Amino acid sequence: MAGATARAEASAVRADAPHRARRPLGRRIGEAILPIFTALVVAYLFLPIVVMIAFGFNDNVGRFNFTWQGFTLEHYATVFSSQPRMNQALVLSFTVAVISTVVATTLGTLIGLALARYEFRGRGPLNLLIFLPIASPEVVLGASLLALFVSVGMSLGLVTIVIAHIMFNISFVVVTVRARIAGFNRSLEEAAMDLGADEMTTFRKVTFPLIFPGILAAALLAFALSIDDFVITQFTAGQTVTFPLWVYGASRIGVPPQVNVMGTIIFAVALLGILLWSLLQRRERTLRAGTGPGVGAGS
Amino acid sequence: MAGWLRQHRGLIPYLFLLPGVLWLLVFFVLPMLAMASVATQEGTLGTGFRQTFNVGVFPEVLDRYAPHFLRSLEYALVVTLLTIGIGFPMAYTIAFRGGRYKNVLLLLVIMPFFTSFVIRTISWKFILADQGFVLGTLKDAGIVDEGFRILATPAAVISGITYNFLPFFVLPMYVALERIDYRLVEAATDLYASRLQAFLRVTLPLSIPGLFAGSLLTFIPAAGDYINAELLGGTRDTQMIGNVVQTLYIVNRDYPHAAAVSLILMVALLVGVVAYRRVLRGQELTV
Repeated sequence: MAGATARAEASAVRADAPHRARRPLGRRIGEAILPIFTALVVAYLFLPIVVMIAFGFNDNVGRFNFTWQGFTLEHYATVFSSQPRMNQALVLSFTVAVISTVVATTLGTLIGLALARYEFRGRGPLNLLIFLPIASPEVVLGASLLALFVSVGMSLGLVTIVIAHIMFNISFVVVTVRARIAGFNRSLEEAAMDLGADEMTTFRKVTFPLIFPGILAAALLAFALSIDDFVITQFTAGQTVTFPLWVYGASRIGVPPQVNVMGTIIFAVALLGILLWSLLQRRERTLRAGTGPGVGAGS
Repeated sequence: MAGWLRQHRGLIPYLFLLPGVLWLLVFFVLPMLAMASVATQEGTLGTGFRQTFNVGVFPEVLDRYAPHFLRSLEYALVVTLLTIGIGFPMAYTIAFRGGRYKNVLLLLVIMPFFTSFVIRTISWKFILADQGFVLGTLKDAGIVDEGFRILATPAAVISGITYNFLPFFVLPMYVALERIDYRLVEAATDLYASRLQAFLRVTLPLSIPGLFAGSLLTFIPAAGDYINAELLGGTRDTQMIGNVVQTLYIVNRDYPHAAAVSLILMVALLVGVVAYRRVLRGQELTV
């Protein structure tokens, strides 16, 4: 479908190439296709989220929340009181996400620094070791961890979940931090050293502030991946229930509207966070004016 | 300590690497070995498993679950083609036509991630339900047959996976396109290439790294997915290899067979990645 639009645009363009100056109607339609297509894709991406938000306001009867019955704010009033197990699951997910983010960001940043700043043997195998967890399907990561925990007789629960989350987060942190470090100018550090700063001072006053946005971005990514992880968690959780696991379990008997409300709240908080973050980025960019394009949202 | 380090400067990077690498060795590499070991054991949960180096388990599960392996491959291929078809024009539009709205558009691409993956998939189940507001309305209007359904069909599973992994394709694709120096495209058209020629011979070859990274980031999770097959499919005919692993491991506790299936999946994907990299001529393996 999309290939067809690209082709259609391209051929429309080719057909009128000799008369470029006139910009006939066909050409203008061709130019509008891509933006319209993109808008449609954005609508597609948001459809389930709009539905989630809308049905958080649904005045549903009984346990099912399938058809629109009328508008209510009741579920917002009861979101923290009506589903104690959901709250427990949320607290647990939050705990796992915080611990795994802190540890994975620390370990991953150290690897990123070593990769970007030092010469050493074994780069090839190290790159492979970092790439493989990203390139493995989650079901395999979960299955292999479970095989290990079963083999050594380790009981499943919070500890095994945290271990698993740190593992899959390290690689993402390394990739994010390394991209940031590779992009900055070494001469700033050299200038600091020339002006008499020792290595520690240079790191504290120059290097760290420069790579800090990268570390923060990595930490945010790690947190998001951890709090939303389902597959690896299901394999390593045993009887412990995180938020995604709880929602999945609830979906078998009918999702209570409080889940929609909680989803909406999380969505709103994340959106606010990212808006604040982009404001900070913008401020930083003006401070570093003229150092080239901003960092893309690569992975 | 500081003085000792100054004398052995070459050790500094290794000290930086040590904790993280150790973690990956113990909780990524070792589990893979543990899985290989578990796969070749025999026994039941009740009597315990004993190592018998039963390599016959691999052909056994390959044979028994061949339909699931093939179905996963098929679904993942269709999903990847769909994400390229939808994601490439989108990434292209953001990179070359986004102008000052680039960041806003990128934010719109990642915003679905602010909602839980499970909630989004349940939301789709709800949207596509047999009597849901889409199909219900169409049926009431007599546009589609009363018996028509989307849920529990391969189309539902494939569209669910496509939805979930589309942003994983768009982001690296965008990064690659954004890096292209647009003056190269202009140079091509100045030298009388048509816009199509310029696209095919300049833009497209330069966007290969993004295509490589993006399609892998879509294909691999798609091949291993089982949530979409479970929630949007739910029938035997839409079960993927991930469902097999999940059922064998977590429901049946048949560890050896589950481990054997996962190991085959892992090896098959790795071989696939290396071959794919060859085809696209030596792309960097590190994303």
